[in-house]
Amino acid sequence: MSKFQAFMGWVDHRLPVTTTFEKHMSKYYAPKNFNFWYFFGVFSMLMLANQILTGVWLTMSYNPSEEGAFASVEYIMRDVELGWLIRYMHSTGASFFFLVVYMHMFRGLMYGSYQKPRELIWIFGMLIYLMLMAEAFMGYVLPWGQMSYWGAQVIISLFGAIPVIGPDLVEWVRGDFLISGITLNRFFALHVIALPLVIVALVVLHILALHEVGSNNPDGIDIKKHKDEQGRPLDGVPFHPYYTVHDLVGIVVFLFVFCFVLFFMPEGGGYFLEKPNFEEANRLKTPEHIVPVWYFGAFYTILRAITFDIGPINSQLGGVIAMGAAIAILFVLPWLDRSPVRSWRYKGWISRINLVVFALFFALLTWLGTKPASGLYQILGQIGTLVYFAWFITLPFISAKEKTKPVPERV
Amino acid sequence: MSNDGVNHGRRRFLIATTSVGGGVGAVGVAVPFVKSWNPSERAKAAGAPAKADISKVAPGEMIVVEWRGKPVYIVRRTDEAVAMLESLADDLKDPSNVDEGQQPAYAKNTNRSRKPEIAVIEGVCTHLGCAPKFFPEVKPQPFEENWRGGFFCPCHGSKFDLAGRVFNGSPAAKNLAVPPHSYLDENTLIIGVDEENS
Amino acid sequence: MKKLIVVLFALLPSLSMAAGPSIPLDDAKVDLDDQASMQRGAKYFANYCMGCHSAKFARYNRVARDLGISEEDMEENLVFAETKIGSHMKIAMRPDDSKAWFGATPPDLTLVARVRGADWLYTYLNGFYADESRPYGVNNTVFKDVGMPHVLESLQGMQVKGSAPVVVGFDPLTGRELTEVQEDVLYLAEAGEMSEKEFDTMTRDLTNFLVYMGEPIAKKRQEIGFWVLLFLAILFVPVYYLNREYWRDIH
Repeated sequence: MSKFQAFMGWVDHRLPVTTTFEKHMSKYYAPKNFNFWYFFGVFSMLMLANQILTGVWLTMSYNPSEEGAFASVEYIMRDVELGWLIRYMHSTGASFFFLVVYMHMFRGLMYGSYQKPRELIWIFGMLIYLMLMAEAFMGYVLPWGQMSYWGAQVIISLFGAIPVIGPDLVEWVRGDFLISGITLNRFFALHVIALPLVIVALVVLHILALHEVGSNNPDGIDIKKHKDEQGRPLDGVPFHPYYTVHDLVGIVVFLFVFCFVLFFMPEGGGYFLEKPNFEEANRLKTPEHIVPVWYFGAFYTILRAITFDIGPINSQLGGVIAMGAAIAILFVLPWLDRSPVRSWRYKGWISRINLVVFALFFALLTWLGTKPASGLYQILGQIGTLVYFAWFITLPFISAKEKTKPVPERV
Repeated sequence: MSNDGVNHGRRRFLIATTSVGGGVGAVGVAVPFVKSWNPSERAKAAGAPAKADISKVAPGEMIVVEWRGKPVYIVRRTDEAVAMLESLADDLKDPSNVDEGQQPAYAKNTNRSRKPEIAVIEGVCTHLGCAPKFFPEVKPQPFEENWRGGFFCPCHGSKFDLAGRVFNGSPAAKNLAVPPHSYLDENTLIIGVDEENS
Repeated sequence: MKKLIVVLFALLPSLSMAAGPSIPLDDAKVDLDDQASMQRGAKYFANYCMGCHSAKFARYNRVARDLGISEEDMEENLVFAETKIGSHMKIAMRPDDSKAWFGATPPDLTLVARVRGADWLYTYLNGFYADESRPYGVNNTVFKDVGMPHVLESLQGMQVKGSAPVVVGFDPLTGRELTEVQEDVLYLAEAGEMSEKEFDTMTRDLTNFLVYMGEPIAKKRQEIGFWVLLFLAILFVPVYYLNREYWRDIH
């Protein structure tokens, strides 16, 4: 027995390292037909690790006070050795995190990865998405630029639209009568410690739930239906080494794109680091256009789409409800899709067109979120909002009634 | 070797190459995280050289200047004090500056300075860091009957002469440190800059 | 359905309106490799702008190092009073005073290039013209009713907005410029110490410097980026073949 084997024997007797590695890596059988869309889970984990590592390092030099925050970011950019690189890794990472998460979610929509028995994986995923949005929102306030301050002003005042408790709730969230250093400091604590812990815990649960039932695949076939004499799925391959080396290729390509943006266009054309945020927050000067960072675009558009009162619900509250509903409805997707097949490869042509239209409109809504809500932009936003909800609402009927193609037995 | 259809040689080579490449990449990624811990420009600006005007320091007097958060004692020694330094050798732990780390090359002499009459010494006791007190006069002291002038550390009783050299019997083991320094002109001392880093 | 499409297309032009009327900006032709230009820009900034505008996130010694100016030259020409060369480029003017004098506190300019962009700054510096209705007698083409006086008037002279001949092309036969009289253009009514070309170079130098100061690491960032991308491209080769090697097993 080699020294390493003896050492591992000693450890395994006290902590199940080898069996855990086997259960989740070397003996976890994943479908052999993973395609491009299956990279984005790993990319998400890579981005999470990036945000945490660079985030901890930024915390070493960042000053979470109203007076010092903006200056401390410039301190990192100029005075800390290679601080600029860590800052750009963090800001580029935030946008890329959302990019890969959206692609990851879209994979789920295409292949029905949310369907039974994976509903819980989907729910954990949606919770991660929600926490990620809160995390990103609070993170963007920290540099205390014009957009940090005024973006926070807009979003926090949304809570004021809630009847009865609204105004008190806003004051409670702010901790002050206006958005101040008190608000900044608590957002700092939540952004640096609380939410990252919650997100990591949710990711662990997300992956445990996945490994419990096994991964889906582009054909939506259940690979556990056909096993060999040793109980190994015929259409599966051990995750390690096959998908570890496979993901490595994806990661190198991904890093190439990531580093290109990081080193050659870190501002992301004004979308990753917004121009007004290079100006320190000024309570007495409102920017011409207050836009959230691009990844919130779709929900911001939906929020602004409600420009009319509906009975006792005023337009502001209506917008908040619509925005909330747009996020909430994603949670119940597993129960809206009543198709007997998982993957859109075997669904009818109406489902397939609807999904493409939904994706295109989500992209449109996202883009519209960075534009002023007037003229053609506003109209397109309202149409987009209708299309967004229509996809979910029509899904139960279309999926139940549609003629599907026969699903193959084997991959 | 290849009777299972697998080319193990090629596999090993590719794993090795990838590992080496990945290792280089990992080191590269580590660089900014490690380097960001170096003193920042703000630290370097605050730790910048300190100028001292010694024109008004009379013989036997001391002024204190701050450099990098430490007190630096600048003493204009009397001629008698300078003359006495040589004779103290037997009572000192390191009279000839054997420990190279405690002073720059130009201070590796009896008076431990560029000019014999000007002492430039960090006021940080080499025992546990307290600031030694200045007792320049040759007269009996409560802590030493035969006091020949120098510094006495109140914390644990370490004693140093007027060149900062540690006396036998002190808890401290090393002479007081001499910081890098140079003269801009006759009356201006600059601490933190010498020919090595100017 | 057709009606809806027609209405939508009719609204298309409003897309450009929604962002607000945009003023055409001149091309600043930023060149961060032109050290001489940035050195001049730094000198102009210290001498003409720092009376009112701080650059409180920039340090003198960093500017000197990046632009190839010796610390002695820097201290002699660009650092005022007893300020140490490692300190930030701050000013003595109190914000309350300047707010009272100018209507708004002259903003810190360290990051102005990242907020406004090079072309805007260049157009701004060249865009002052006489306007009796303003407290300091000038207005600006890109910054309406700006509180800043025309600090560089002695160098540029004074521009006026009105009708003037503008060069619109060349006569192919004679090679001479063709002009036509246009409304609402800026033209130099009173000459200053510098010729138009000299002043244009000066404003270009200032803009160059401000772009540099907004992000001093920009050049280095791109240089490092090239090597990182090259490394990743090379790393791709063994990684790709390693993957292919293992997946030979799978059918």
